[in-house]
Amino acid sequence: MPSLVRVRPVFRAVAITVVPEAALLDAAGWTEFEALVERALRQRPPRVRRQLLMFLRAIDFLALTRCGRRFEQLDARQRVRILTALQDSPILLVRRGFWGLRTLIFLGYYAQPGVAAQIGYRAHRDGWLARGLPDEAALARSRSTP
Amino acid sequence: MIERTCDVVIIGSGAGGGTVASALAPLARAGHRVLVIEQGPRLDDHEFTGREVEMASVLYEDGGGFLTADGTMTLAFGRVYGGSTVVYTGTSLIAPERVIRAWNVPGLDFADVARRSRTYMEQNHVHLLPPEVINENNQLFVAGARAAGYTAGQFPVNVRGCRGSSLCNLGCPNGAKLGTHRVQLPIAEAAGVEVVTRAEALRLEERAVVVRIHDTPPDAAGRPSEWAPGEYRISARLVVVAAGAVGTPALLLRSPLTRRLAGVGHGFTCHPALILVAEHDREITNDVGHPKSYYLDRAEEEGFVLETCMYFPFTTAKNLTGFGHEHRVLMRAFPRLQMILVLACDKAVPENRVTVDRSGRPVVHYTFTPAVVTSLVAAMRASARIFFAAGARRVHAPAARVPLIERQDAQRIDELIQERYFLPGRVSISAAHLMGGCAMGAPDRSVTDAWGRVHELPWLRIADASLFPDSLEINPYLTIMALADRVAERITQDLVE
Repeated sequence: MPSLVRVRPVFRAVAITVVPEAALLDAAGWTEFEALVERALRQRPPRVRRQLLMFLRAIDFLALTRCGRRFEQLDARQRVRILTALQDSPILLVRRGFWGLRTLIFLGYYAQPGVAAQIGYRAHRDGWLARGLPDEAALARSRSTP
Repeated sequence: MIERTCDVVIIGSGAGGGTVASALAPLARAGHRVLVIEQGPRLDDHEFTGREVEMASVLYEDGGGFLTADGTMTLAFGRVYGGSTVVYTGTSLIAPERVIRAWNVPGLDFADVARRSRTYMEQNHVHLLPPEVINENNQLFVAGARAAGYTAGQFPVNVRGCRGSSLCNLGCPNGAKLGTHRVQLPIAEAAGVEVVTRAEALRLEERAVVVRIHDTPPDAAGRPSEWAPGEYRISARLVVVAAGAVGTPALLLRSPLTRRLAGVGHGFTCHPALILVAEHDREITNDVGHPKSYYLDRAEEEGFVLETCMYFPFTTAKNLTGFGHEHRVLMRAFPRLQMILVLACDKAVPENRVTVDRSGRPVVHYTFTPAVVTSLVAAMRASARIFFAAGARRVHAPAARVPLIERQDAQRIDELIQERYFLPGRVSISAAHLMGGCAMGAPDRSVTDAWGRVHELPWLRIADASLFPDSLEINPYLTIMALADRVAERITQDLVE
């Protein structure tokens, strides 16, 4: 069973807080996002998947105890405040839990080819030639030509 | 269990295993049966796509995100035909003489390591790239270092026909990087050495290794294994373990025959690394050209090395501290970003070690020593000075009170970047230079002698970075090749005799 289905509302709310542009994703974009995360989770030991679900539920619980509402019902400032507290927690276990969650969210968002292009990432297998400039071999050829 | 026999079986095909395989090519030509087993797949050229997550999951163990036991650092190591030599940047430096001396391994001297390193530099076409193909990410590092009072050195690199894709860490899509998959393994195979991929070493037995050949998952990249799926016992006169500083101790520890050998798994060390990012006012060439062309060696003085680098969108995002608006702004500035990789030179300590869990999977116990934290903070300060001296408008420093330091605060770097802001678990730290765990040295304080021969088990040899008794303090692959060459030389002598 996919891991995220059971915690989708809180997962998406955290994702939008970590990467604000994720709020602009359409249904297909979310499907791609979550498929990337699910694929990464499948490559990890089962305990990692369990820990992720527990951590997401803990975020929801924290929102309830601090603000009286579930995480996805909080406004943007409240969400940021809760996630910042987790990120800067004096407890290592909490910090690394948040680090793992944000890493998965960054993977789901920035690993999408369209997003890489949007932020101006232009790496190309043809390297310098793709930018209209000579590579090492082209330089060597031009030097050997009288 | 299917039985196979050979003269030498080599476990691993990276800088260590690939080198042993090629150095044993004359033996193979003379009729000895030499076998290499590799856990990862063999990829065809067209399968190196340069796509970040796709290639990371194919080429690296755990997609490059293998976590240490306390979850505060990820380790990156290759699991593919060619091992980690497929995914490094090809930087080729000879080990520092002071480090080899400090290792104090009886029978190992610097001159020998340097001579063998030069042999492989020649074989791998190691050279300096011409200035015309050095990108601005690297040029700014050199200029900034000079303005900040440092002298950067240029990395010799092992490429032929580099097109400057900048995708080295995802496996060169143009076949330009001369790792063992391009040089040593083809030499070995041409001489009759057999390489079997998708072969997981389960355990060592007396003069044998038990391996499991895995079936190819549907839609997986890479060719099927050369052997049919199943379990095999490969008996050999000599067994060479070259599965890396995590894989080699783990294999010895999950094998009843070797798990009680003194010192196995101990002395694991690495170069904990941070990626620092600065934003310039204008676009620079950063994601084109060789990414790692220059370095600044402060290992002896301050315990760190700075190297130029350029990473991919997800890796960059992961390594920036924080989230939300500020994180987004920096990511959107990607074409204006300059990057520096900070490497701390860690000394091996008893607490940092490799063990195995109940299923035999490796567990790396690693804690940042106070000296490493001090080095990382000193390195971040030096990097911030270099960035600002190169004209950056702001710098992202993970161990700063507020991670983004603006240009007007450039004079307050020491005040803003402090050890107390370095919070493991909050700061992304990774390591790709993994060392130790089966150290060579004197019999009373090591696993092998200076030729990789395991004390008390002369049929068992180690030939990878796990041999290092301590940190190398510079990129390690050339030194691994030099040590593996020594291992192969002694194997040749032993077999011929």
